[in-house]
Parts: sequence; structure tokens; C-alpha cells
Amino acid sequence: MALRRDWVYENNGGTCVAIAGTDYCVIAADTRLSVGYSIYTRDYSKICKLADKCVMASSGFQGDLKALQKNLAARHLIYQHQHNKQMSCPAMAQLLSNTLYYKRFFPYYTFNILGGLDSDGKGCVYTYDAVGSYERVGYSAQGTGAGLIIPVLDNQLKSPSPLLLPAKDAVTPLSETEAIDVVKDVFASATERDIYTGDKVEIVVINASGIRQELMELRKD
Amino acid sequence: MFRNQYDTDVTTWSPAGRLFQVEYAMEAVKQGAAAVGLRSTSHVVLATVNKAASDLSSHQRKVFKIDDHIGVAIAGLTADGRVLSRYLRNECINHAFVYESPLPVSRLVVRLADKAQVCTQRSWKRPYGVGLLVAGLDETGAHLYYNCPSGNYFEYQAFAIGSRSQAAKTYMERRFEAFNNYSRDELIKDAIFAIRETLQGEKLTSSICTVAIVGIGEPFHMIDQKIIQEVIDSVEIKEDAAAADQAPAQDDDKSSEAAPMDI
Repeated sequence: MALRRDWVYENNGGTCVAIAGTDYCVIAADTRLSVGYSIYTRDYSKICKLADKCVMASSGFQGDLKALQKNLAARHLIYQHQHNKQMSCPAMAQLLSNTLYYKRFFPYYTFNILGGLDSDGKGCVYTYDAVGSYERVGYSAQGTGAGLIIPVLDNQLKSPSPLLLPAKDAVTPLSETEAIDVVKDVFASATERDIYTGDKVEIVVINASGIRQELMELRKD
Repeated sequence: MFRNQYDTDVTTWSPAGRLFQVEYAMEAVKQGAAAVGLRSTSHVVLATVNKAASDLSSHQRKVFKIDDHIGVAIAGLTADGRVLSRYLRNECINHAFVYESPLPVSRLVVRLADKAQVCTQRSWKRPYGVGLLVAGLDETGAHLYYNCPSGNYFEYQAFAIGSRSQAAKTYMERRFEAFNNYSRDELIKDAIFAIRETLQGEKLTSSICTVAIVGIGEPFHMIDQKIIQEVIDSVEIKEDAAAADQAPAQDDDKSSEAAPMDI
């Protein structure tokens, strides 16, 4: 609870993961919203569809996330009016970065992952810090469970690690179903050890045929 | 006689109590290509005639989507219309951002009217030279408004603006009482006919008109040219058949009457 007037943020916990494939993108986030050692709700979506082929998932302060999502949605509407088409994922990625840096001195307390298909139909994932520094990667995790998940993804995805130099195209060669299984596994594992992760995981898959969503139950303790 | 003395400034009244600059702006609307709007209880249709500056150029855009539930058709200075459309879009986006719900049509037209009024009371501005037919759907139902450069706005069951619009108005005056119960397709058909009235015998094809619709369960969108052409063709086939057979007049009685002369 915000009892200090110089600290206006809250960390609502939770974890987000995204994996890019050759023609798909998987974005997942758990649905638990917590404050301190309490759970506020087990059923809160951290994922937002920004454009036809572009989805954002974020953990951190959900109040700021809500405002950020509304901001981007409004900017996307303006873009559509001006250009008569949907924003591409790389364009939205740049817009998100600029929007975050705009508040460099009173940041959005959100740790974002943007996932979707780029203009060639290949999966793309962009990962951000709170003030807009971003990078296109093949996979990413953010949030309280990220530290538990990223090493597993480094190991399981059989794609070049983002730590390599020169940067290699890090899209995973795994199939869509295999990638979804990896996502389910990492969430189940993170749930075991991270108190802020659990309840349900919302998995969104973007591919050429559109966007679909599935929910998987996680441990509720 | 004294028109020219009092028409230099929008902030100058004439002795008869008129603002000539505003009236001149309304003239600009009358010179623009025609636009019509029709409304039923569940849908609103807008149709416009697309004039091209020359055979080499593209057609002027006269219908703008403002939001999922609102669209406008303009007549007059299309540049002014484009700028006002941008303003209207912004208002809708801002309202939806704050209230998480679509801006009611009546509120939008008031804001537009207030914006137009400002330009009639500032010496360094000029009135917008464009009339807008605002078609929208909100909680209170389907609405069609006309916003004119003077800052006035009125709600209509059906209306037409632009050159030769009187022909379309006459056509609709005979039928408007039934519009509320029209189906979506009947409304589209009548909009196309109303537009045809303004063409004064010129051949109506889907390439020179734009039709857009908004309704319950149907966000604002332009209707595909193919569908418009089908509607035009289906009616012309009926008309040719009626003319050939000398059959008794159909209930719409289109084939036997000449297009009314405009004023």
C-alpha cells in the first residue's frame, strides 16, 4: 500500500514470456495480480492486442500498464486514420520505445515484451526496459519469474542466444506446438518457485491465420 | 444592393442583420458535389458523387470514417472537410480514452458546431467552407445531422447537400416517412437513387459514387464498388424491362418520370 508520498508505484508481480518462430509468435503471461504478500485477483490479463499482428505483454505496475495500453491503442487509431492500414510490429516497437522514453523522468513502471509478425510474416519479439531501451530478440521473459525462465529458454529453444556477437537471427527453429509446450513447461516451473507467478497462464499465438488464445491452469499457491 | 459594402469582414453585420461572409461560405457548400444521407431506426447511409479534377486525377475523397460508430460526408471545400475530419477523429479518440465508451453523436456535432461558430466571430478567421453530413449510431439510436458553416446543426431523417441536391431532396421528400422501417438494403438502394437524381441524366456507375453505411452491429465502412454496381444494375434491369413491357408503373415509379429539374 502506498503509505509513502514519494513512492507512487506498486509491483503487481507476474511473469511474461514471448518466443518468436519462423512463421509464428507465442506470447504468454500469468494472470495473477498481487500486492505485497497478498493476491488481489487470480484472473487479470496482462496481454493486450495492439494491432492485427502485434501483441504486448507486460509485468510490473498494472496501473501504468493500463495507461500505456490505452495510450498505444489511441496512437494506433490515429495511425490507421492517417495511413489507412494497421501498424506493423516493428513500427509499434519503435512507438512503444518512444512512448516509454517520453516519460523518462517519471517512468511507466512496466517491463514490456512486444510480440508479433514482422512485415515478412516472420515471428518477432521485442523486449524493453522501463524507459524504452529495446532490442529485437528471438525470445524473452520479463517479470518476477524471468530470472528462473530465461536460462531455461536459452537452453531449450535451440536458437542462437541473444548474448552472442555479432547478433544472429535468433528465431527458434522449433515448431509452433513445440514452442507452446516449452512455454507451458517454463511457466509450470516458475510457478513452483516464484510466489508471484501462478493461477493461470494466458497464451496468445499469432500466425498467418490470425491470433488465438488459450488458457492453462497453474498452481494456485 | 448593399451586399458588397458589408461583406468584407466576417465580423461586419449588414443593415438587414446578416453576416454575408457566412452566407458566402454556405454558397461554397452549394457549389460542391452532391452528398446525401438517409436514416432508418437501425442504420444510416451516406452517398456522395465523386468529382475528379480532371480525367487524369483521382477522385476527391468525400466520405471519412471518424470512428467505428460515426462517419461524415462533406460538400464544399474538401480541404476544410479533411481538417475537420481530423478534429472529429481526435475528439472521438479522446472521449473514448477518458470514458471507455464511444462519443455520442449529438455531443460530437455540438463540438463541431461550436468550432464553426468561432470562425464566424473572429476577424482574423474565416468560416469553414464545408457542410458535413454526420451519420452515427449511439445508445439513443441512429442519427443523421447536418453541420453547416454558420455553426448551425440540425438532425434529419434524410438530407442532401451540394450541387443539384434539390433533386435528391425532392426524391426523398416523397419517401422519407417510410425510411424508419427500411431494411439496410432498401436504405442503400434509395441512397443510390437519390444520388442518381442529382446526376441529371448522367449515367450512374459505381465509379462515380461512394456509399457508406453505419448501423447496429455494423461499424462505419464504405460499401464495396462491386456491390454498388450490382444494386445499380439490378434496378436498371428492372427499369429497362418495365419500359420495354410498358408494364404498369412499379411502386417506385422511377422509369416513367423524368429527373426533376434542379432549381
